[in-house]
Amino acid sequence: MAITVHEQDVVRNSASGKKKFRFNWTPYLFILPHLVFFALFVGYPFFNGLYISLFQYDYLQTNNTFVGLQNYTNLFSQASVQFQVFWNALGNTVKFVIFSVPLLVIIPLAMAILLNQKLPGRNVFRAIYFAPWVLSVAVVGLLWFWIFQSEGGLVNYYLGLLHLPAPDWLSTLPWAWVAIVVATVWWTMGFNMIILLAALQDIPDQLYEAASVDGANAWQSFWRITLPMLRPIMLLIVTISIIASFNLFGQPFIMTNGGPPQPNGGGSTEPIMLEIYRESFVRHFVGSASAMAFVVAAIMILLSYLNFRIFRSREA
Amino acid sequence: MATTTGVRTQAQEVALNREALNNRYRRVLRHVALYIILVLIALLILLPLFWMLSTSLKPKSQLFLPQIYWIPKRFSWENYSNLFNDPSIPIVRWFFNSVGIATASTVLILVLDSLAAYAYARMEFPGRKIIYTLMLATLFMPGLMFLIPNFVTIYNLGLLNSYVGVILPYLAGVFGVFFLRQFFESLPKELEEAARIDGANRFQTFYKVVLPLAKPALATLAVITFLASWNDFLWPLLILQDVNLQTLPPGLSTLQGAYTSEYGLMMAGAVIVAIPVLIIYIALQRFIVQSVASTGLKG
Repeated sequence: MAITVHEQDVVRNSASGKKKFRFNWTPYLFILPHLVFFALFVGYPFFNGLYISLFQYDYLQTNNTFVGLQNYTNLFSQASVQFQVFWNALGNTVKFVIFSVPLLVIIPLAMAILLNQKLPGRNVFRAIYFAPWVLSVAVVGLLWFWIFQSEGGLVNYYLGLLHLPAPDWLSTLPWAWVAIVVATVWWTMGFNMIILLAALQDIPDQLYEAASVDGANAWQSFWRITLPMLRPIMLLIVTISIIASFNLFGQPFIMTNGGPPQPNGGGSTEPIMLEIYRESFVRHFVGSASAMAFVVAAIMILLSYLNFRIFRSREA
Repeated sequence: MATTTGVRTQAQEVALNREALNNRYRRVLRHVALYIILVLIALLILLPLFWMLSTSLKPKSQLFLPQIYWIPKRFSWENYSNLFNDPSIPIVRWFFNSVGIATASTVLILVLDSLAAYAYARMEFPGRKIIYTLMLATLFMPGLMFLIPNFVTIYNLGLLNSYVGVILPYLAGVFGVFFLRQFFESLPKELEEAARIDGANRFQTFYKVVLPLAKPALATLAVITFLASWNDFLWPLLILQDVNLQTLPPGLSTLQGAYTSEYGLMMAGAVIVAIPVLIIYIALQRFIVQSVASTGLKG
C-alpha cells in the first residue's frame, strides 16, 4: 500500500515536473478533433449568424448589401413586411408553449406516480409509455394527420358514433391547435415521465413512513413530501419542455402546414420556427431570418433564466 | 409467529384474521384499479401505432367505409408494393441514406467525443476550464441560432446535397462529451495509474484500459446518437434537396404533399420509418430509458 502511494506520488511529481520544462501537447491532441468541429459548427456560426443578420443576405447572391440593424428594426416597426408575420408566428409559438407545457408536466407526473407503485410488470408499462418518443416527428405528424382527418379519420368516426359534432380538426381553430397539442403530448410525455420517475424513486421511503406514522394521508404526503422533493427536477422538466415547445416545427409543418391562414397574413398555427424557415429558405431573406432567429433565441434564453430564478427564489 | 399466536384468545385471533383478510382484499382491489388505469394509458399509446400498421395493410377501398375496422377485412400489400415501385418515391434509397448517415455520424461521434471527454475528465492543461465552460454554455443556447449560419457554411463549402454536409454539424454536438466525461470521472483512477506505471502512454491507457471499461456508456451514447440522427427532420430537409439523397423522415413528409388522401401509402411509409427504431428500442430499451433517467439525476 505504502509503495503504491509512493509510486503515485512519483508519477504525479514527474508529470508536473515535465510541465515546467516543455509544453505538453497530448491533451490538445485528444480534444482537437472534436474542438475543430465545435469551433466550425457552434462557435463560428454564432458570430456568422450575427454578421449575416446585418445584411440583406441571400446565399445564392454574390454581393449582399450591408443594412446595419435594419433587419432588427423591421421586426419592431409596424410598416415592415416582416412585422405582422413575425409577431403572429411568435405569438403562435407562445400559445403552443402555454397549451403544451402544463400538460407535459402534469400528465407525465401522474404517470410517474402511478408507475412508482411497487407493481409487478411495471417495467413493461414504463417501456410502452416511453416508446413514442423514439419515433421521428415525420412518423408522428403523418400518423396524427391521418387520425384527425375529417374523412376516414378515427377521431371524427368515434365522435360521430357518440353523436357529437365533428369539426375539421386540421383546418379550423381552435381544433388545429388541439390536434397539434395531442400529437405532441402523445409523442413526448414519456420522456418527462422517465425523468420524473427516476426522481421519485430517489425520494427515501423513510420520509413517507415518518409521515404516515404522524398520521398524514396520501394527499398530504404528495403535497408535503413528493412535490417539494421534486422541485429541482421540476425546474429541469419545465425548462426542457419550454425549450422543446419553443422549437415546434415538424408537427404543424406536416399536420396543418401552418394553416388555417389568417386575414392579416401568416398562418394560425404557424410557429416561429416555420416562419424563420420560410423567411430564409422559401423567400430567401436570409439576413432577416437570422435577425428573427437571434431575437427569438434571446427570448428563449431570457425565459429559461426567469424560470430558473422563479424556482430558485421559491427554494430560498 | 407460533409463539405469539399461542398467547392470543380465540376472539383476538378471529379479529386479526379478518383484518388481515380485509387488508389483503383492499390491496388486491387497489392493484386491480391501478392495472386498469395503466392498461388504459397503454392502449392510448399503442392504439395509434396499431392503427398506423392496420391502415398500411388496407387496400384503398377499405379506408373510407362507414364503419371502421381495426383489423383489415382483407389484408393487402398493395400500399407497400406501390411505395417500392413508384420511381418518384425512392424509399429504398432513403432507407440506405438514413442507415449510412446515422451509422457514420454515430461512429465518428463516439471516436471524437470519447477522446475529448477523456482529456476533459483526466488531464490538466491550460485552457481546459475555459473551453469546457464555453461548451457547457452552448448547451443552453437554442439550436435555431445555428441553423441558418450552418446552412450558409455548408452551402459555401459546396456540400449542399451531400451526406458529408448533413453529418459535419452533428459532430460538433457537446452532449456526448459531457455524457462520457461524467462516466470517465466515475471510473477508479488506480487502473489507469497502474497502466501508466507499466509504461503505457496516455493514448494506450485510454485505448486499452479506459475504453473497454466504458463499453456500457459507449453503447448508450451510440444508441442515442443513432436514434437522433435517424429521426432528425429539419437539418436533412434543408441540406438534402435532391430527392434521391433524402433521408427517410423528410422523404416521408413529402408523401403527404404529393399524395392527397393516399393514407394507406403514407402509413406504409411511416411503418417503414418506425420499424427499425422500434426494433432498436425493444432490444435496447434498458440503455435508452436509463440514459434518459440519468439526465435528470445529474442535472
